[in-house]
Amino acid sequence: MHSHFILYQAESKMIKDACERLVEDANAMVVFLVDTNGQVLATAGDASDLDTTSLASLTAGNIAATSGMAKLMNEKEFTQIFHEGEKANLHISVLPAEAILLVIFDERSSLGLVRLRVRKSAQEIVNLLQTAKDKAHENQENAMPFAEITDDDIESLFSHS
Amino acid sequence: MSFINYSSKEINCKIVYYGPGLCGKTSNLNHIYQKTSPGIKGKMISLATETDRTLFFDFLPLSLGEIRGFKARFHLYTVPGQVFYDASRKLILKGVDGVIFVADSQKDRAEANQESMKNLVENLEEQGYSLGRLPFVLQYNKRDLPDVLPVEQLSKMLNTSGAPEFSATATNGEGVFPTLKCVAKQILQELRKGAK
Ligand SMILES: Nc1nc2c(ncn2[C@@H]2O[C@H](COP(=O)(O)OP(=O)(O)OP(=O)(O)O)[C@@H](O)[C@H]2O)c(=O)[nH]1
Ligand SMILES: [Mg+2]
Repeated sequence: MHSHFILYQAESKMIKDACERLVEDANAMVVFLVDTNGQVLATAGDASDLDTTSLASLTAGNIAATSGMAKLMNEKEFTQIFHEGEKANLHISVLPAEAILLVIFDERSSLGLVRLRVRKSAQEIVNLLQTAKDKAHENQENAMPFAEITDDDIESLFSHS
Repeated sequence: MSFINYSSKEINCKIVYYGPGLCGKTSNLNHIYQKTSPGIKGKMISLATETDRTLFFDFLPLSLGEIRGFKARFHLYTVPGQVFYDASRKLILKGVDGVIFVADSQKDRAEANQESMKNLVENLEEQGYSLGRLPFVLQYNKRDLPDVLPVEQLSKMLNTSGAPEFSATATNGEGVFPTLKCVAKQILQELRKGAK
């Protein structure tokens, strides 16, 4: 019952590269891929000033609430959300495979361009994610680094608090 | 569902604080936030009403240290305890790796505790989880107040699965870290089991 999602280096890199291309193509500042539980799967562009962990958790909450609203209205899903700010804008799209794509952009780009490029990249990213998930699923048993952890390892994590 | 990322070398796990309105879930997080050093914690986010009731969730990311070369990161969430926020509670339980049930020890909250526990079981079941099989800890909070039930009685009322239990006073921090550690350990042990 207790499952894990394991993202390996090779897939992680391919996903990140796809996000980097989207940054370029959409003339965006940052592109973020987040899973629906609020974990950051990839960041591209200059995210050094951003609190990515918080942003990911709020994005997931936002999307969870929005799809809850969609259900109540008998809509399947609101697949795209746009927030306009003074300096930066936020385009959020819900992808299949339980992922959310965030694009942050300013006046150097436009909503139209972002939408277009997101549409183009989405399929590639979804395919990559699916491959990653399939691989993780296959390797669920044997590739875990934690089979060997000891009680002491676990205990030592808490020694400082 | 824990998320293991080989490229950033991280294990990410989600812990949810559950319990009736005003039982002290947010107070648990506040204490943890105050008592951990800046290198360990991220920003704490509270989506709350004007009167400090949790509206959607509180969120606090903690990075506890390394285990086998992987950073062990725990994302702590609280749910809104007020009965009418049930839709939000369901959302926050998604993908949970471990649950801490915070009970309010005061006599007149006995019913609210039981109702919230029932609600937790139902909401977990809706997602295909069962309490007996999930890392789970109970915390009997507000032990500093005069009109509280004995721990044995709370245990009998709420702890049907025989989970680990702790007494606490979240406002002064007593019992807060032991509760968190206990569920975090269970999660890591679960990971080890999953790996075998
Ligand atoms: N005396 C005492 N008061 C407490 C304790 N823990 C929490 N409180 C108080 O109880 C009130 C509610 O605490 P919160 O932590 O906001 O409760 P909550 O469970 O997050 O409530 P919701 O967000 O509505 O679900 C606050 O006024 C706290 O100061 C405790 O151990 N002892
Ligand atoms: Mg609260």
